[in-house]
This record gives sequence, C-alpha cells and structure tokens, in this order.
Amino acid sequence: MTNPERGRSLLRFASPQHFYPLAGRLAPWFAAIAVVLTVIGLWLGFFVAPTDATQGQVYRVIFIHVPAAWMSMFIYLVMAFWSAVGLVMNTRLSFVMSQALAPTGAMFCFVALWTGALWGKPTWGAYWVWDARLTSQLLLLFLYFGFIALTRAIEDPRRADRAGAIIALVGAVNVPIIYFSVQWWNTLHQGASVSLDKAPSMATTMLAGMLVMAFASWAYTLAVVFWRVRPMILERERHTEWVGAELERQARISQAAGGRA
Amino acid sequence: MSQWESWSAFWDMGGAAFFVWGSYGLSFALIALELVLLFQRRKDTVRRLLRWRRAVGKDSSKRNGDGFAPAMESEQ
Amino acid sequence: MLSTFFAVLRRDLLLAWRGRADVLVTLAFFIIVVCLFPFGVGAEPNQLRAIAPGVLWVAALLACLLSLHRLFAQDYADGTLEQLLLSREPAALWVMAKVLAFWISTGLPVVAIAPAMALLLDLEQGGLPVLVLSLALGTPILALLGAVGAALTLGLRGGGMLLALLVLPLFVPVLIFGAGAVEAELSGSGAVAHLLLLSGGLAGALALAPVACAAALRISTD
Repeated sequence: MTNPERGRSLLRFASPQHFYPLAGRLAPWFAAIAVVLTVIGLWLGFFVAPTDATQGQVYRVIFIHVPAAWMSMFIYLVMAFWSAVGLVMNTRLSFVMSQALAPTGAMFCFVALWTGALWGKPTWGAYWVWDARLTSQLLLLFLYFGFIALTRAIEDPRRADRAGAIIALVGAVNVPIIYFSVQWWNTLHQGASVSLDKAPSMATTMLAGMLVMAFASWAYTLAVVFWRVRPMILERERHTEWVGAELERQARISQAAGGRA
Repeated sequence: MSQWESWSAFWDMGGAAFFVWGSYGLSFALIALELVLLFQRRKDTVRRLLRWRRAVGKDSSKRNGDGFAPAMESEQ
Repeated sequence: MLSTFFAVLRRDLLLAWRGRADVLVTLAFFIIVVCLFPFGVGAEPNQLRAIAPGVLWVAALLACLLSLHRLFAQDYADGTLEQLLLSREPAALWVMAKVLAFWISTGLPVVAIAPAMALLLDLEQGGLPVLVLSLALGTPILALLGAVGAALTLGLRGGGMLLALLVLPLFVPVLIFGAGAVEAELSGSGAVAHLLLLSGGLAGALALAPVACAAALRISTD
C-alpha cells in the first residue's frame, strides 16, 4: 500500500490511503469557494448585468445554463482522461475518480437541458427544438446514463472499472462525431428557421457573471467529487488496516455527536 | 439594485418569472439533492463497513469473498 | 495469421447456417417493424414516402441491436472465447472475423431485403441503389460499434437493455448519414458526401472497434 521510496512526491497521492485524507481536507475549501463564487456570480447576473435588448429578462437563465452545459462536456472529457490513465497506468484511484465524476456530469447535463428548454419557450416559442446543440446535449446525457448503468450493473469492481473506462473512451471518441453529424443533420432539416446562433452581443458584465458561475460549478464539482470518492475508497480498501482505524475514528465521532445531542 | 425598480419587479423578471425561477429552482434543488444523497451515502457506508468489520472479526479481516454487499443506490 | 481469420470466419458462418432460424427471426423482425409504421402514422402514400428512408434505417438498426447479444454469448458460454483469448493470435483479428461473420449472417440479409420493403413504403425507385449502398456501408459500422457494447455487457443480468443504452447513442451518426443519403439522393442534391462520410466512418470503425472490442472481451472474461 504505502510506497516509502516515493517519499514526498506528489505521486503518493495516487495511493488511496494518501488521497483519502487529502480529499477530505480539500473538499470543504472547494465547497466554500463554490458558495462564494455562486453568490458573486448571481449578484453579477441579476443585479449588475443589464437587461438584454432583444430577450428581456429571460436571458438571465444563461448564468446557470451555459456553465452547466460547459461543465457537462468538460466532466465527460475528464472522465475519459481518468479512464485512459487508469487503463494505461493501472491505477485504481483513476477509475474511482471517473466513476465519482459521472453522476455530477449527468446532473449538469440535465440542468443544461432543463434550463435550455425553459429558456427556449419564451425565446423561440418551443420548449424543445431539434437544434444541434440541444440534440448533442441530449445524446451526451444518454452517454452518461450508459456509463453509470454499466458500472453499476457489474458487481466485480475490477471489471466494472475497466468496462466503464472502455465505454467512457469510446464515448469520448464519438462525442465530436455525434456533434458534427447532428450539426450536419440540423442544417439540412431546419435551415435557418430556428437559429440559435444569433447570440445577443454580450455586455462585459454578462460575460463576467457567466464566467464566475462557470468557476463556481467547477469548484462545486471538485468538492462533490472529493466527497463522493471518500466512501468509495473506504469500500474498496475495507480489507486494510488504515480503513479499519478510520472507521473506528468515524464511529467515535458519531458517538460523541450522538451523546451531546 | 440598479437593474430593478423594486423587489416585486425583481421577482417578476419582466414577466418571465416561471422560466427564470424554474431554471434556477430546479438547478439548486438538484444540487441540494446531490449533497443530501452524498452525505447519506457516507454515513451509510461507514455504518455498513463497521458492521461488516465486526462480523468478520479483526483477525480474519484480510479474507476475500467475505459476503460484503456493495452499495446499490439509484443516484449515487 | 490470416488462417486464423478465415478459420474463425468459416466456423462462425457455419454456426450461423446451422442456426439459420435465428437469422430468419432477425429478418422477420425487420419486416414487421417496417410494416408497423403505416399502422402508426397512417397509410397516406406521400407521408410514407417521406418517412421511408428513416423508417427503413431505424428498423435495420433495431434488427442489428436485437441480434447483437448473440455475437459472443454462445462462445462465452461454452468457453471458446477463453480459448481464443489465450491463443497467441492477435485478438483484434479474430474479433474482426467474428463481426464480419455476424454481419454476413444478420446485416446482409437485411440489406438484401430492404429494397423490397422500400417498395412497400412507396419509396421512389431512384433512391433504391443509394438505400442499398448506404445500408451496406452503415450496417457494418453498427455491427462493429455494437460488438464493443456486446463484449462489455457479456454475461450481465439485464444485459440486453444495457447494451441498447450503451450503443444507441453511438448509432446516431450512422443513422443520420445513412437515412440522410437516401433523402439527399431523392431531393436531387446527391448522396456522394453522405456515402463518403459513411465510408470514412466504416474505415475508422474497422481500425478502432476491433481493438476496443478485444480489450473489452479481455476485461469481461477476466
């Protein structure tokens, strides 16, 4: 488990035993950053950014919609990255990371679709149009569901890790192809009747609000993933001594908390 | 409050209250749900692992094929 | 090396021939799905003509999907798969042979009968060659992509639904270019671009999918 020869190098955090406390220490900080940035971002978005000339107030959905869409794509790429690392370097922690990322990625993907629908209704008159971006977002959600379903359906964690990694990589190769093909299909079928490309020229404050919210969701993702990784590590390392010690510690903490309450 | 004449104007969102607050409402509800499930899962894992450890016994805790059932939540 | 390829190909084709009832079931499924659409959307000829390329392509896609579980299941159950994986031959090679045999036994009959089904939907006859060509180029891609999914879900409970969830999003580009080719031909803009993209997709799938599939089989039989 422990690798003394690796000493103090960063690589030692690749071992679950060292990563577990690190994740526990970092998660609250990222959560705090996420809260602060969300407050700033929403304040910029709702109180500083001006009303849009063509869309009115509805456009304020953008401050959650665009960051969610960005995050959902980014998280899938990070998932594929950790899957590749896991397959090449055979590090168990990489697989755990990619599986911990998937639910949050799927959530952001759904948020992007939902907010897109609610934004589309007053702006283009329909909750859903088969626009290239919406459609590829929907397919991305299916890719997330496939990954989650596959890793949950396999009981042997070794097989689940690797099978999930393969489907994440296959999906990542296909994401650009899907996007390109959907765009091609969309230009043929819809023409210019519904164009989502006429983005309103953005005021600096709008852009700033959007970027701050994007950083907030990034920090949120890190916090949530660290929190999700910890029980996964405990479960997988349950045969080791250090997990035993950690469990006893947790039990004492909860007992003390229960005693006081 | 430079953008809004009053709080009621703010909540009305220029008539688009349903769409704007519907978006933010669901987003934050999902985030809250995710966090709740996360902490439930942590508590649940610690409890199950402790029970398992005591059942298996500290000496033989290195045994494999121990009949430990991994968590199967729908969201997590 | 090539002898392994042909040995596996011959064996799988022979097995498919012995179990030809399965092949006929796939074909019957394709026919029935196509025949369902007029009941669902009405038998108005103009409407049927308009949706014909898409209907035929979706039906072919579903027929492929529903037979995919057969690709490795038998070999997995009787241990042949493990033997093959233990052999010195490169796994991608015999995986390719198995997928080719699978396509010949399930994809090719669908391609062959598609023009007849197109006539049921009153597709213009000018579109038939492009329909056959697009299916002949596209269904092997479906088989190759599906093989990866079939390998990953090998022996899992509820593997069929899982397989569909895994591979259907990946099938979308093939569906777009396949059905699009026929529509482009009929609308007069020409199907060359679509068919070239399908060929490119086939080349890419031939290069990548067998490797991914071999890796997936190793993981699933470990």
